[in-house]
Amino acid sequence: MEIGLSQYLIVAAILFTIGIFGIFLNRKNIIVILMSVELMLLAVNINLVAFSSFLGNLIGQVFAMFVLTVAAAEAAIGLAILVVYFRNRGNIDVEDVNLMKG
Amino acid sequence: MLPTIAFYLFSGIAVGSGLMMISARNPVHSVLYLILAFFSSAGLFVLLGAEFLAMLLVVVYVGAVAVLFLFVVMMLDIDFVQLRQGMMQNLPASATVGLILLAELILAFTARNGAGETAEKIAEAAPMAEQTANTNALGQVIYTDYFFMFQTAGLILLVAMIGAIVLTLRHREGVRRQNISEQVNRDPKEAVVLTNPRPGQGL
Repeated sequence: MEIGLSQYLIVAAILFTIGIFGIFLNRKNIIVILMSVELMLLAVNINLVAFSSFLGNLIGQVFAMFVLTVAAAEAAIGLAILVVYFRNRGNIDVEDVNLMKG
Repeated sequence: MLPTIAFYLFSGIAVGSGLMMISARNPVHSVLYLILAFFSSAGLFVLLGAEFLAMLLVVVYVGAVAVLFLFVVMMLDIDFVQLRQGMMQNLPASATVGLILLAELILAFTARNGAGETAEKIAEAAPMAEQTANTNALGQVIYTDYFFMFQTAGLILLVAMIGAIVLTLRHREGVRRQNISEQVNRDPKEAVVLTNPRPGQGL
């Protein structure tokens, strides 16, 4: 069977769904939530690169690179916030993050 | 035949390690499965002909982001058993949402039509250079047409770096720090004390 665009898109869709599933499943553990977000961004990147490759257009790969940049920045900031939160509270339970009552 | 086998191998490993990542008991194992998922996705990128992005994925994600996650997981002393409580009661709702979303996405991707005409238009807009290597072609696009976006990406990384430093930097009391200007400005008059102790007495 020839591997076409649809196969790549389905793999990306499955990975994206696993990411969403992980967010719902590990609602308390913010580290796994951050990792699930990374997995979803990876699925988006697979989509972009697959379209770029099958449509013969390079711009998709350029955009995938920017998504990669933003994902790296998001991971750094998210983990920094997590470390500060852990210093203040002593745990990382997301369910009592509303202590500021904003 | 070989590309087909490679595609199914890489995508199967990526999906399997993704599932293991969200269901692993130990978060260190989660991070390791995330690394495996990124690595096999890099294999998929190589199959698609995007070698530069594949190497970027290995270097940036496996080398930097995943190791950052590993550092945080190992550095913070977190009670993960307590965090896993109530996980099973989320399972039915999350499985429903996930399966509906997956069905919708697959339906949208397989049932799309009219892709042929748009594909030709898109290929005309920015044709992929067949002769040059992937890295070379990307560089020719990034540094010319998308230069401002490229600079903005660098700026985003700078902001993220400064933000992470500002968030996590703290000054604790009672920690000895090096004060370089004080060290450099020492002069012999206050650093050296001459005494004349008598024999057998000491200072």
